[in-house]
Amino acid sequence: MKTRLQFIGPFKVFFLALHLVIMVFPLYWILITSLKPQNEIFTYPLKYWPTNITFDNYINIFKISKFHVYIGNSLLVAISSALIVIVISVLSAYVLARFQFRGHRQIMLAFFATQMLPGFISLGPLYLMMTQLDLINSRIALVLMYTVGLIPFSTIILRGFFQRIPASLEEAAMIDGCSRLVALIRIIVPIMMPGIASTFIFAFVQNWNELFMAVMFIDHDLLKTMPVALNSLILKYDVDWGAMSAGTVLSVIPTVFLFAFAQRFIVEGLTQGAVKG
Amino acid sequence: MKSRQPFILFGLLPALLLVLIFTYYPFLKGGIMAFQEYKLFDLRNVHFVGLQNFRDAFKDPKFLTALQNSAYWVFFSLVFQFLIGLTLALLMNKKFRGRGIYQGLVFYSWALSGFLIGMIWKWMFNSQIGVINDLLLKTGIIETRIGFLSDPKWAMISVIIANVWYGIAFFAIMLLAALQSVPSELYEAAEMDGASEARKLISVTLPYILPTIITTTLLRVIWIFNDPTIIYGMTNGGPAGSTHILSSLMLDKIIYAGDYGAASAIGVVMIVLLLLYTLFYLSVTKSEKMGDF
Repeated sequence: MKTRLQFIGPFKVFFLALHLVIMVFPLYWILITSLKPQNEIFTYPLKYWPTNITFDNYINIFKISKFHVYIGNSLLVAISSALIVIVISVLSAYVLARFQFRGHRQIMLAFFATQMLPGFISLGPLYLMMTQLDLINSRIALVLMYTVGLIPFSTIILRGFFQRIPASLEEAAMIDGCSRLVALIRIIVPIMMPGIASTFIFAFVQNWNELFMAVMFIDHDLLKTMPVALNSLILKYDVDWGAMSAGTVLSVIPTVFLFAFAQRFIVEGLTQGAVKG
Repeated sequence: MKSRQPFILFGLLPALLLVLIFTYYPFLKGGIMAFQEYKLFDLRNVHFVGLQNFRDAFKDPKFLTALQNSAYWVFFSLVFQFLIGLTLALLMNKKFRGRGIYQGLVFYSWALSGFLIGMIWKWMFNSQIGVINDLLLKTGIIETRIGFLSDPKWAMISVIIANVWYGIAFFAIMLLAALQSVPSELYEAAEMDGASEARKLISVTLPYILPTIITTTLLRVIWIFNDPTIIYGMTNGGPAGSTHILSSLMLDKIIYAGDYGAASAIGVVMIVLLLLYTLFYLSVTKSEKMGDF
């Protein structure tokens, strides 16, 4: 075993290290760009190590745009949609995990199929629907669209988690006189918390990053979400890379942290769904 | 037992109704729009035009380029994402110090939006002050700067590189999870038979994780094919339409032209291609569990 390890060792270390550099470098580069003074961003030679660290770009992005408003909008939309997604998907996932009934297979298939549709084909009709519902330039439109978009995937993931919890648990509670809903909320949901939390985080991250729906439905400056704000920053100022990189760093921080935390559970749910069906 | 049916309805109805009304209905309507003249700025003039949108599309050089680009985009993205992801998963399957932190660091790209990734790579590929040109010049690999995103020859390669970077994590995560589920008895048995490392990989590991490989590649092709966000952030289809894939061209028709008819026609072509691919893929892999992911 020892000799074999020595043989694989250098190659393995080299590959892993190289990969680490390639994965981390882009984010490192954006980070130090955001910390450079303007004249160091746009002139040669490039600096690979920050020497004159400044937070001007961070101050700047709040000056040239209402960045705090966009952060607030993104938080509001992303969190409310993720919460609604959890409530609706926990119910549907529970039903699909516990009961066999006519149409069960078709419903599962309908949920799976949404993951394969080229989503933009419905962007036009959705725009017209939102116009009719008078939801253009309303954050409700985004909450609604994000929720709908995430329900199938969340249901599939949560179903995988439910299937691992024995039904005898809630049945025991029901014999004691609980209704099924109460048993679900009191007994099963607490056990499911890791799965629910990671599904919530996944939903939050997706909403936080979403761009195209937000571009389509939100035009009013004070209602924009962060991706839309960054997007319009490019269009308006022909890319102020200093401010842009500062904005990127700010928008990336929460998702990277949350995702690092939730990733293990999401993979568990995904593979559970993939392997067990 | 009597409480079953009302509970099933109560549990499923919200999810089902929302998905039917806001996913399937607009999706079908979009499909119908492909056969209509339907421009956002001329809504009074909406009418059926038969196959006109499709004829226009196939006459449009931009569409034909996008069709070809989609093939390159999917093929090269998938192959490199898969190969690098698998290698990484195999290496990470053995325990080493700091593996947890390592995983977090190499997987974070999965948490970023395609749009931001496009922006970041656009910045790095910049022809004047981009870090990639600088590194290539410093190491003597190139002698003059390359206009990665302004030269049509390089632009498509550049967006694919960014996309490969983005997708490695997905394969690495999924395949690592699959590898960790391989029962160790299988390896012990193989070792007793005197199998080499390579032999074990081919006869034990790969067959065991094959279902995961089949599902992930199927899904990945569909996602890569459908997702234009990296291209949107990086080149927005330019220069001169040379980096458009079908989905980014469709987005272009919606956001900038408001031409839902033309966009939907592209969408319908995409669905047909995806269906053909899925049927072909399922018949080749003979996998019946596919619909279950």
